[in-house]
Amino acid sequence: MPTAIEIFKLLPKKNCGKCNYPTCLAFAMQIANSKAKLQDCPFLSEEALAVLAASAAPPIRLVKFGSGNKVIEMGDETELYRHEKRFFHPTAYALTVSDALDDSAIAQKVERIANIKFERVGQELRFDAIAVKNDSSDAKRFKEAAEAVAAKTDLPIVLVSRSPESMKAAAGAISIRRPLLFGANATNHVQMAAVAKDLNCPLVVSEGKGLDALANLVQLVKSSGIEDIVLDFEAGSMKQLLERSSIVRKVSVKKTFRGLGYPILVDAGSGEPAILKGLLATMKYGSIVLFDELSEARAHPLFVLRQNIYTDPQVPIQVKPGVYPVNAPNESSAVLFTTNFSLTYFTVLSDIEKSKVPIWLLVVDTEGLSVMTAFSAGKLTPESVNACLEASGVKEKSKSGEIIIPGMVSRMSGKLAEATGLKVIVGPKESSGIPKFLKSR
Amino acid sequence: MVEVPIPKEKWSGKIGEVTLGATAENGGTRTIALRTGSETGMPFLSYEGVMPNRPLIAGEVLDSISELPAPIRSEFGEAVNDPVAWARAWVDKFGADIICIKLVSTSPDEANRSPHEAAETVKRVLEAVKVPIIVYGCGIEERDAKTFELVSNIASKERLLIGHAEDTAYKSIAAATMANHHAIISFSNLDINLAKQINILLTDFGVKKDAIVMDPLMAALGMGLEYSYSVMERIRLAAFMGDGMLQVPLICDTSASWKAKEATEDIPGPDGIAERATWWETTTALAALIAGADILIMRSPRASAIVRRAMEDLTGGD
Ligand code: B12
Ligand code: SF4
Repeated sequence: MPTAIEIFKLLPKKNCGKCNYPTCLAFAMQIANSKAKLQDCPFLSEEALAVLAASAAPPIRLVKFGSGNKVIEMGDETELYRHEKRFFHPTAYALTVSDALDDSAIAQKVERIANIKFERVGQELRFDAIAVKNDSSDAKRFKEAAEAVAAKTDLPIVLVSRSPESMKAAAGAISIRRPLLFGANATNHVQMAAVAKDLNCPLVVSEGKGLDALANLVQLVKSSGIEDIVLDFEAGSMKQLLERSSIVRKVSVKKTFRGLGYPILVDAGSGEPAILKGLLATMKYGSIVLFDELSEARAHPLFVLRQNIYTDPQVPIQVKPGVYPVNAPNESSAVLFTTNFSLTYFTVLSDIEKSKVPIWLLVVDTEGLSVMTAFSAGKLTPESVNACLEASGVKEKSKSGEIIIPGMVSRMSGKLAEATGLKVIVGPKESSGIPKFLKSR
Repeated sequence: MVEVPIPKEKWSGKIGEVTLGATAENGGTRTIALRTGSETGMPFLSYEGVMPNRPLIAGEVLDSISELPAPIRSEFGEAVNDPVAWARAWVDKFGADIICIKLVSTSPDEANRSPHEAAETVKRVLEAVKVPIIVYGCGIEERDAKTFELVSNIASKERLLIGHAEDTAYKSIAAATMANHHAIISFSNLDINLAKQINILLTDFGVKKDAIVMDPLMAALGMGLEYSYSVMERIRLAAFMGDGMLQVPLICDTSASWKAKEATEDIPGPDGIAERATWWETTTALAALIAGADILIMRSPRASAIVRRAMEDLTGGD
């Protein structure tokens, strides 16, 4: 975003007030703060409008693919480091399906991909897209495979082929799904750009020879009328991937260099190098990663890393404080408390569920802090637990006269008993001990 | 022709260098002394600065093993019952750069061994392997004070790295460290100001800056990794911008990954727990490296081998 002064320089300087601000300068300041729209000044020249609109565009273009409620948004990032504000659009992960498979094998693989999912802190972690690869090199087969995948899933689709003819056939057949076309390179870019333009699909531009060569290719593709571009460095090593991604992010958001202001795709391949590249791309500026295959055991930490990196540094994921019934409790069931940090809550919840013992689970507001963090920050005290106990009305629900507390805060037992009038029972330190503990009571 | 500008930062600061282990030349018995630190730019960005010393991997050895996960036991076999054999396996079989021995047995909650016995273990490990050694206590201040005093003396010329000092407990360990020119780990709790504070306390107390390695607490994947990752990036940025009290190498213990429930619990799926937990630690370690770690303390040899390959790929050819 340009500064107020830079904007002011391009305004007509009539100070006529038609924009509802007394002066052009006042108007410029409002624009700089995103509080007014350029269109509100009726005297702005076409040229000034174009200049201002272009420089106000995000440093990294927002590119979308997919359709309906399954649209993947990539790019539009503004920070180098997550602590500066946050990262906005989590890296998307795609698994590959080859068009060399027959249709039933394709259907099977798509189903397998759809079935890989993990529950975590109330979110479902799963693959975001499916990439169809034109291994057959045959346009007709590629089209059929794309159709077979599209029929089987509503996930967004990446079409992978270097043949404009194949791409045209497949993308044309599923264009209402707005697939990502992967893509253009130094040899095919003219025809590929024509296909992308025709079908209004985003286009990946690949160039392994370095960033200058890539920027040149991007410029060519852009001049043929394509705006939705995604970059592929064809990085051979993690070093190349990290360095090129870092340069692109930095020149885009800090140096207002526009030529590479697009999301980044990583075609990771298979095996150990693939998952390592995927992990790296998740931390450092990758928007979408394609894997040939990825086992659950490797996908799981990858998904969790993404969730960690993309949380808002200012706000831990929290659950609503209050009382939650677990395993159908009644009046004789005990009360157990934990904090409202989502990680703590979901860990404890799943262990209580495992025990099958009916429990009233009291979630104390610790502003999203874990047990020990909240305890040492003074946000989990006998008083705050008691206040929550009273406010939640759990005393009417459970007449057991007992409260089970986390083993880590056994130190508060005495004071808590005093404050609540309940019998305090110290539970295990780790929630993994909860099932055994509850069952043996 | 478009030319992409290379956004090279002109940092005013650089990370200091710390030497671990002492060879005969300096009176020690190590066959190799290792240097760590000295970076002049953010991790692995060769266009921005140099990283003359590649990050080091320290293999974790415990002197009491009540809680060791099954996959780790099976990787080391019988060796886990003897710190000496365990350390040897790390060095000979798995190529660890450093051995990190944690004297947990001195805790009353564990075997409650005497500081003398613990120091004896360190001595035996020093005899058995010739790489630099990191020594941790059990975390109970009074116990560790005695243990470190003994350890410092029996290894007087070895340039150990001793962990760790906290703002609430640093004097006895700092004294033990300084007595024989060892190096010290300054620990803080995921907070850049606390990280700086403990370094100030230590240097005011007389510890030289080239004897400090800082541990800002590496939370495992899914257990607050994002906090550690960002605190480390902030520490590094501040150091390069000129904050002298943060210009020291970073050490990260990734062994806690094996305590993350999701890493080791049995959830349905065709893969073994060992595979997932290995990648859990690998992921934690890779995040630590990308955020600026100079030394990793690792539990799994398989994870450490993957991380070593990743490091090669991050520093290797173009
Ligand atoms: C991430 C983290 C932070 C994050 C906050 C994350 C969050 N949202 O809570 C940040 C960086 C903000 C932070 C800050 C601080 N932290 Co902190 N932090 C951690 C860390 C690394 C992980 C905590 C975590 O997420 N644990 C995972 C959750 C799931 O654990 P949990 O809530 O305890 O729940 C488990 C059990 O308690 C049990 N359980 C939970 N509920 C119940 C209920 C019952 C009935 C039962 C039986 C069991 C049970 O089940 C769960 C799974 O086993 C720990 C160290 C570590 N590795 O544990 C330190 C740690 C908790 N922090 C600590 C401290 C001191 C602090 C600070 C005071 C220091 C500072 N830097 O200023 C601040 C205070 C914050 C403030 N002023 O706002 C200390 C606490 C020391 C102590 N023993 O008192 C720890 C232990 C680090 C250490 N080794 O010194 N911290
Ligand atoms: S309408 Fe345009 S010319 Fe008139 S005051 Fe506003 S900015 Fe200036």
